[in-house]
Amino acid sequence: MTDVFIAADNILSPLGYTTAENYSQLKKNVSGVKLHNNTAMSEMPFYAALFEHNNWYVKDEHIKFTKFEQLLAASIANALQNCSVDTRDKYTLLIISSTKGNISLLETEAKSTELKERIALHTSAGIIARHFHFVNKPVVISNACISGLLGILTGMRLIRSGQYKNVVVAGADVVSRFILSGFQSFQAISSQQCKPFDKERDGINLGEGAGTIVLSSDTMYARSIKVMGGGTSNDANHISGPSRSGAELYQVIKNTLKEANLSPTDIDLISAHGTATIYNDEMEAKAISLAGMQSVPVNSLKGYFGHTLGAAGLIESIVTIQSMRENTALPTKGFQNHGVSEPINICINLQQAELTNCLKTASGFGGCNGTVLFSKTSTN
Amino acid sequence: MVIEKYIAASCVISRNVILKNGKNIFENKHADLHDFLLSVYQHFNIVYPKFYKMDNLSKLGWLAAEILLQEFRKDDYRPEETGVILSNANASLDTDLKYFETIKDMPSPSLFVYTLPNIVTGEICIRNNFKGENAFFVSDHFDAAFIEQYAGNLLDLNILNVCICGWVDVYEETYKAVLFLVKKEKEDILFTKENMDRIYKTAVT
Repeated sequence: MTDVFIAADNILSPLGYTTAENYSQLKKNVSGVKLHNNTAMSEMPFYAALFEHNNWYVKDEHIKFTKFEQLLAASIANALQNCSVDTRDKYTLLIISSTKGNISLLETEAKSTELKERIALHTSAGIIARHFHFVNKPVVISNACISGLLGILTGMRLIRSGQYKNVVVAGADVVSRFILSGFQSFQAISSQQCKPFDKERDGINLGEGAGTIVLSSDTMYARSIKVMGGGTSNDANHISGPSRSGAELYQVIKNTLKEANLSPTDIDLISAHGTATIYNDEMEAKAISLAGMQSVPVNSLKGYFGHTLGAAGLIESIVTIQSMRENTALPTKGFQNHGVSEPINICINLQQAELTNCLKTASGFGGCNGTVLFSKTSTN
Repeated sequence: MVIEKYIAASCVISRNVILKNGKNIFENKHADLHDFLLSVYQHFNIVYPKFYKMDNLSKLGWLAAEILLQEFRKDDYRPEETGVILSNANASLDTDLKYFETIKDMPSPSLFVYTLPNIVTGEICIRNNFKGENAFFVSDHFDAAFIEQYAGNLLDLNILNVCICGWVDVYEETYKAVLFLVKKEKEDILFTKENMDRIYKTAVT
């Protein structure tokens, strides 16, 4: 089977504009989540990781980019600088992942047919594809909070099938009144910095940002990290609450390990979804336990980035990949006291550790779960 | 390994007409979308109280799946080997606009949950206990070649043995659902982009 390597990546978040800048902040335990008094978004103060400066401003010669598109363009541009993938090649594809894309335009623009087209995710994807001269029609994924992770999986599958040699997977989401009010109406926003897997956890912090991973079958990237496998499953239980048993996330973890020919104890780190809601974290702990991975170190990065929705699977996968390059496991910011029913091994401190195989998981509304497994190549 | 796959059933709903495997099985020409979807639910004697809570996108996709799967023996398959791969042009914009109207007054959590296109996938999975692969793609028009590649690959790799795939799009009163039941057991119609496009084009316009 064709190997799929990580050729380059980028994280664009309030913590920094490159993967290295972000990772250096994470190692210093700096969080992008802050208290905001922004009445345009919420009458009440709220904690979130928001951009305060727009230094990543990118222009297109044909069209005025929205903030969502600027984030994508800036992130993709940086990732492409760090590899030699040719966007004009017929074997190169662009995948865009997002949950809500340009939805904030509803807040500033009058409803019209033009607005309907401008909000459509395929419009943004077309604009980004043209900006970077991709020749193939981009693929757009909008599958709730697993969108970014599913982008990586889709890219991996399309390369393995032989249809493409390179896939640029980019995801972004922007925090807006639309999104914040919705999670507030769900009572899902934490009144403090979020506390994944903690006894006192009371909900999420939202975050905005973009992430890009360039996948390639080119062996020039073989001294790198490989995507070993992954999959998705559905809880078939509830549209807005996770499985009570964790069986469906476990099912896809089990299949992913089988696909990669690894056993549970071969995994050196799990980067969990860890949103800091009562039910998500409990479900994940159950799934990890069912998989026999209670001793495997687990972290959640939501305390640093907030929940970046459609970008989360990408941003958090890239952090995990950078952890493998630097052999450091990051702590779970906000976690103090074990607050899930299963005795899983939550990372508390920054640790030096040889990280060879790492699993990223994500779950979202609609009952969806996803996994992706990264390994160092033997030539690494 | 690439294996033969077949379209075991199709369901096309547009312009208040339902085609099941190419045959007109129901129409209710003069109703608006809300009333039309309710009339479908009643006509097929479905009892599923959660239906009333769904948004139009979920109602449309869910009803299309109900009709698509009338003869499907789901107990012949394990939950995790059945997948749902859907696509559309407008994601959840129809409900996004309705939710946005509530923000000024009292944001509605029951509408907010439907501001994601893949909720219809969840509704179909809950009804049928399907637990396999799911994905929701957004494109300006139905991309049969991509669906054939993506769903076909999952079937070839035995990640799935059955796949419900297709198109479910709603924006105000304009809508279309075209769903395919794809299996590996021999049927008359091969699962190809040409056959999907041909069935897609039978939709009343």
